[in-house]
Amino acid sequence: MIPAAFDYVRAESADEAVALIGEHGDEAKFLAGGHSLLPLMKLRLAAPSVLIDVARVTDLSYLNDKGDHVAIGALTRHHDVEHSSLLASVCPLLAHAASYVGDPQVRHRGTIGGSVAHADPASDLPATLVALDATLVARSTRGERTIPAREFFVGFLESALAPDELLTEIRVPHSTGGFGFQKFNRRAQDWAIVGVAAHRSNGGGGIALVNMGSTPIFARQATEAWLAGASPAEAAALAPADAHPSADLNASVEYRNHLATVLTRRALEAASA
Amino acid sequence: MRISVNVNGSATSDEVEPRLLLVHYLRDVLNLTGTNVGCDTSSCGACTVHLDGEAVKSCTVLAVQADGHEITTIEGLAVDGVMGPMQRAFHEEHGLQCGFCTPGMVMAAISLVNEQPNLTEQDVRIGLEGNLCRCTGYHNIVKAVLRCASELQETAK
Repeated sequence: MIPAAFDYVRAESADEAVALIGEHGDEAKFLAGGHSLLPLMKLRLAAPSVLIDVARVTDLSYLNDKGDHVAIGALTRHHDVEHSSLLASVCPLLAHAASYVGDPQVRHRGTIGGSVAHADPASDLPATLVALDATLVARSTRGERTIPAREFFVGFLESALAPDELLTEIRVPHSTGGFGFQKFNRRAQDWAIVGVAAHRSNGGGGIALVNMGSTPIFARQATEAWLAGASPAEAAALAPADAHPSADLNASVEYRNHLATVLTRRALEAASA
Repeated sequence: MRISVNVNGSATSDEVEPRLLLVHYLRDVLNLTGTNVGCDTSSCGACTVHLDGEAVKSCTVLAVQADGHEITTIEGLAVDGVMGPMQRAFHEEHGLQCGFCTPGMVMAAISLVNEQPNLTEQDVRIGLEGNLCRCTGYHNIVKAVLRCASELQETAK
């Protein structure tokens, strides 16, 4: 399968990237690792007329501790998130969830920012960032703004990013009070049929669901019950309450709701252990 | 667009269309047909090559993205006609049946052993999750990777 023809330009810095997209308009797309965009282009489900390759923007690949949160450059690869000793000590849920993305080859190329900007509700990291109440930083020629992860995902493959905005940084709060990540799929490297990310930190925590709607789902009612002292089983029973799953080849709505309940219970048990 | 890539230790430079996939650049332009196209959807791993020493699926990388980088394919492993240690281990353990997945399997396995020299059987099975063998000959593949890893450990002592 061959993508439709496109023009290819390279940005050497984040500022050059946003200037280029301003120039080329909304027919252009940013290319990072390419592991979400290129498969769509090969299937001709996406056919941008211009690709702006940002993979060489080295100043957007970093993991920096900021005291109460970790600032992660959008071009940081899944492999580097998975193996970060910093994240292992201050936000282990994210490092653990990154190890479930695709397979080792995919994790060598794919980036956290690319995965988030792609906004696939079946991806592991968007829901994980919703559970963690992360903050996303976007840049355009108009300047920089921050967007809470819980408001970032607005529809299927649709985010709050304007067409000319570049996702530059992901800020994840420290969370060391226990976590659980559950993913149910048919083959090792597949997307989740249903997945759950849960964590507990000082006075807070969150539960979010993978592939239980057109966006990653913040399981608000289950989270509130869990933080108020409900048992894993009691809180997990509320997991489907905020979701709106649809049926597909892999699962009916009823089966997805059942999986969400079972997997949430397991995730909360792990987070409480 | 003109790209310059170091492939198996040799510098190459070619004019390519931006949409040319790395696997087609290797097979159709450089005539390195050891790298197979399997599923063409970054699932099966048959097209695995090394980009700067790390396993990637070359059906999901544009040739222009490899510009300025080093690529190693299955053809780059043997030295003067003598198989590399992972190839030899696949040979010794009969880590193949039809052989279609083998180039990708070998490249993924080398990348795995480089990153994680102390491997358990479970590590190998998880580490090769991105490579499918339709003959389901996984047992001998896992044995081959473990054999190579322990041989390299011995050599390093």
